[in-house]
Amino acid sequence: MADGVKPRVKVPKSASAGEAITIKTLISHPMESGQRKDSSGNTIPRSIINRFTCEFNGESVIDVTMEPAISTNPYFEFEATVPEAGEFKFTWYDDDGSVYEDSKKIEIG
Amino acid sequence: MIFKTLTAAAAMLALTAPVLVAGGADDDTLVINGDIEITTKAAAAPHLDGHLDEVMSGWHFRDDDTQAMEMDDFDNPGMIFVDVATDTWNTAEGSEGKSCADCHNEPESMAGVRAVYPRWNEEAGEVRTLQMQMNACRTERMGAEAWKYDSGDAINMEALLASVSRGTPVNVAIDGPAAETWEKGKEIYYTRYGLLELSCANCHEQNYGNYIRADHLSQGQINAFPTYRLKNAKLNGMHSRFKGCIRDTRAETFNPGSPEFVALELYVASRGNGLDVEGPSVRN
Repeated sequence: MADGVKPRVKVPKSASAGEAITIKTLISHPMESGQRKDSSGNTIPRSIINRFTCEFNGESVIDVTMEPAISTNPYFEFEATVPEAGEFKFTWYDDDGSVYEDSKKIEIG
Repeated sequence: MIFKTLTAAAAMLALTAPVLVAGGADDDTLVINGDIEITTKAAAAPHLDGHLDEVMSGWHFRDDDTQAMEMDDFDNPGMIFVDVATDTWNTAEGSEGKSCADCHNEPESMAGVRAVYPRWNEEAGEVRTLQMQMNACRTERMGAEAWKYDSGDAINMEALLASVSRGTPVNVAIDGPAAETWEKGKEIYYTRYGLLELSCANCHEQNYGNYIRADHLSQGQINAFPTYRLKNAKLNGMHSRFKGCIRDTRAETFNPGSPEFVALELYVASRGNGLDVEGPSVRN
């Protein structure tokens, strides 16, 4: 697992039924591209998060494939329609097999 | 004031058209998280008489998009490093088995500290920057290794301490025993360095608001440090910034943590007395 990886998510606590809400996510990660060399000329191996998904009550909201050109600490902001109360589940998949998860509940009101 | 050197020529060319204030400071207001109001413009301290009338945070010289990133902790990438430092704050290190939290409790108990550093330390008989004080804590009270100046750990911790002081006006003391160091810093500020023979003042006092190549020159205030720079995607310390500036004049620079930079930090901080602490800030 890469050092200092920590997911962060911002979801409103409540929404009205059918409302489109804005979700912001950020994960700290070096996103080493695999293109760089260290001071002795050896290639630094690629180590990035290659996939990010968001689900709401088991239904896919967004599923993103990430490539090496994506910057360090990738940030995603997207909208989701909330039909009912439930839970957003966020998952990040690391090249090294690590999986980072976070979840946020949302109420209708 | 801003266009002192350019107005004569520009006014001739633009007799009827208004002169565009390109590169100048804007009049936006900085409120962080819709809650912390930051003073980003203030009357200059008395010691700046004849040099500056008003002091301004570098925030005013940046694009709206960059400005917006600093207005919300979630959008501010510098806060990632504050999180990292919060973990460090609670981690015991060194031979005494103590963490920062064992003596200082919550980081919030350090509110206002960032605003008065660098300051004179009576016991040590020297002016200490925040990082020097942190290292004194680490070596003397925790029995831990000192952090390298402006290294990742040190900058992160400085960012944490800055974040709890946001909204507190910078107020460094320049009289009494600190006066000697302050004078030394002032001398460095007005000394021309390098092949380009530029002093800090040439850019940041005489030409702020003008363009330096494609970028806007700010007043070079340090109230907002540490700074997350989009160009290198990490937090940058004041001394590293000083070093970068002096390097750009094509001079041999001083090193981060050197007595010269400590003096310069005290002097530059005093030029921003009255501006609120706003670090970790976001700049390009």
